[in-house]
Amino acid sequence: MSIGRGALQPSAESTPDAARRSGTFRVALAQIAPALANRERNLALHLAQIEAARDEQADLVVFPELSLTGYFVRDMVPDVALSSSGPEIGRLLEAAGPAALVVGFVEESPQHRFYNAAFFAEEGRLVHLHRKVYLPTYGLFDEQRYFAAGDRIRAFDTARFGRVGLLICEDFWHLSAAAIMQAEEVDVLVWAANSPARGIDGPTIRTAETYEHLCTAFAQLLGAVVILVNRVGFEDGLCFWGGSRIVGPDGRTLAQAPMLDEALTVGTIDLGELRRQRLITPLARDERLLLTIEELNRIKRRRYET
Amino acid sequence: MKPDPAEESLRINPELVADILCRFIRNELRRAGFRHAVVGLSGGIDSSVVTFLAVRALGAENVLAVTMPYKTSSEATRRDSQTVIEKLRVRSLDVPIADPIDAYFKQFPDASQMRLANKCARERMTVLYDQSAAFDALVIGTSNKSELLLGYGTQFGDMASAVNPVGDLYKTQLHQLAAFLGVPEAILQKPPTGDLWIGQTDEGELGFTYAEVDRLLALMVDRRWRRAELIEYGFAPEFIDRVATLVRRNHYKRRMPVIAKLSHRTMDRDFRYARDWGT
Repeated sequence: MSIGRGALQPSAESTPDAARRSGTFRVALAQIAPALANRERNLALHLAQIEAARDEQADLVVFPELSLTGYFVRDMVPDVALSSSGPEIGRLLEAAGPAALVVGFVEESPQHRFYNAAFFAEEGRLVHLHRKVYLPTYGLFDEQRYFAAGDRIRAFDTARFGRVGLLICEDFWHLSAAAIMQAEEVDVLVWAANSPARGIDGPTIRTAETYEHLCTAFAQLLGAVVILVNRVGFEDGLCFWGGSRIVGPDGRTLAQAPMLDEALTVGTIDLGELRRQRLITPLARDERLLLTIEELNRIKRRRYET
Repeated sequence: MKPDPAEESLRINPELVADILCRFIRNELRRAGFRHAVVGLSGGIDSSVVTFLAVRALGAENVLAVTMPYKTSSEATRRDSQTVIEKLRVRSLDVPIADPIDAYFKQFPDASQMRLANKCARERMTVLYDQSAAFDALVIGTSNKSELLLGYGTQFGDMASAVNPVGDLYKTQLHQLAAFLGVPEAILQKPPTGDLWIGQTDEGELGFTYAEVDRLLALMVDRRWRRAELIEYGFAPEFIDRVATLVRRNHYKRRMPVIAKLSHRTMDRDFRYARDWGT
């Protein structure tokens, strides 16, 4: 878990190394179809993708939500859970070598709570662990039945990719998560998803359309790169639609994986684009964070303290 | 002009749907360790669409279309099934069910039409499951969403299958998919029938058309409109209530038999695993 950044310094940039936001890096979107509750097979799938990504000179390999376990794990949650120092994670870090890695898994905490979690690793060590905060439990979803909810939304600094935020699926449907990421001054937002297809009346799957809009909108509003990786394949009749993508801070799609098919799609991100885009539309610069905090405090008093 | 919400809810992109459903069939078969499929073909829209999908997904040589006529089966039924078989060049097998059915009812000569119809449906089910063993295949189901919601089907008969690609499509939507897949015009045009007795049609028996009831179900089930909203939209209260009752009363057909709970973990209650568990 990354450490909090302490007191706010609203008058200054909170990132010490501004020069670091430059250069290019290659991202591999590992759009896989994990087996359901079969850790061994999924580990092999990850290792194969990491190797393929190495051939593509990828600097960062991103897997979808719950990539090591599959989605509808249900009563298998305790059987497929790992601690964040589990042996599989060690093997993945070793296999990735110099490449950074985002992997989704079921994390068992020392208190035996189970989280829908994802980690970011760089240079062979875990940099950040995100526990999904918003667990959908409605319609076809029943995550709160099985998982404990995370209680932190934080960004973290990386050696090569600027300041990164990591969110899992439903998290990024909450404006508050996006607002926190903006306040955290992220350069790159990684969004690991397991989105099932619903809505078959339009030119493409409705849910896919919505995700595309969210990627485009949030990339522009945050002035950051958004990397969405969604899985494919079926589980009990549910079709996961894939369509992973990288969207630049100007809202343009930089790379796009196919719909429905497994794929390793590689895109190049130029961090220099952040500077150019933030010159054109300096939304984060103009953001009045203290005003937001004050208003939220006022709302907190009204809704929770009266 | 404001788009009609019922029409909107029933519109599909048939190309997209066909793509998803073919992938679904391949995926479910592979997970269960199969390459072959068996379909009971009646020459109606539902079973024709499913045969077309299965052939698209698996190839004609991997699909067995089984026709199972009874004495009352109409000429159109035989002819239309044959057209599908010839058009798709799919493997086929004709297994008339008159002998076993008649042998059974010799003992119960006064049995009702309903009993005969249900017995025929269950006889066909046993044929399909037996042929699936012979052909190393899974039985692909043909019950659509309209039938499943209304309970217009025989439990453990035509409602039985291993994998059902069309259970989330209303009859109206299956029409759109059928036209896209190239299901012969004669099948698209004829009134839906279970061929349960001579001259039987679904709509005559139900007392309303699929076009009407699908519009109601789409708004009531999918969009969750309340009764007052449905009446305001223009549906007759008696029609709404009749359909709502059918949906409720037949819910048992859509569920596994209810189990009396005694232990801490009971099937399908707190013993919760996905069917695709481990694959």
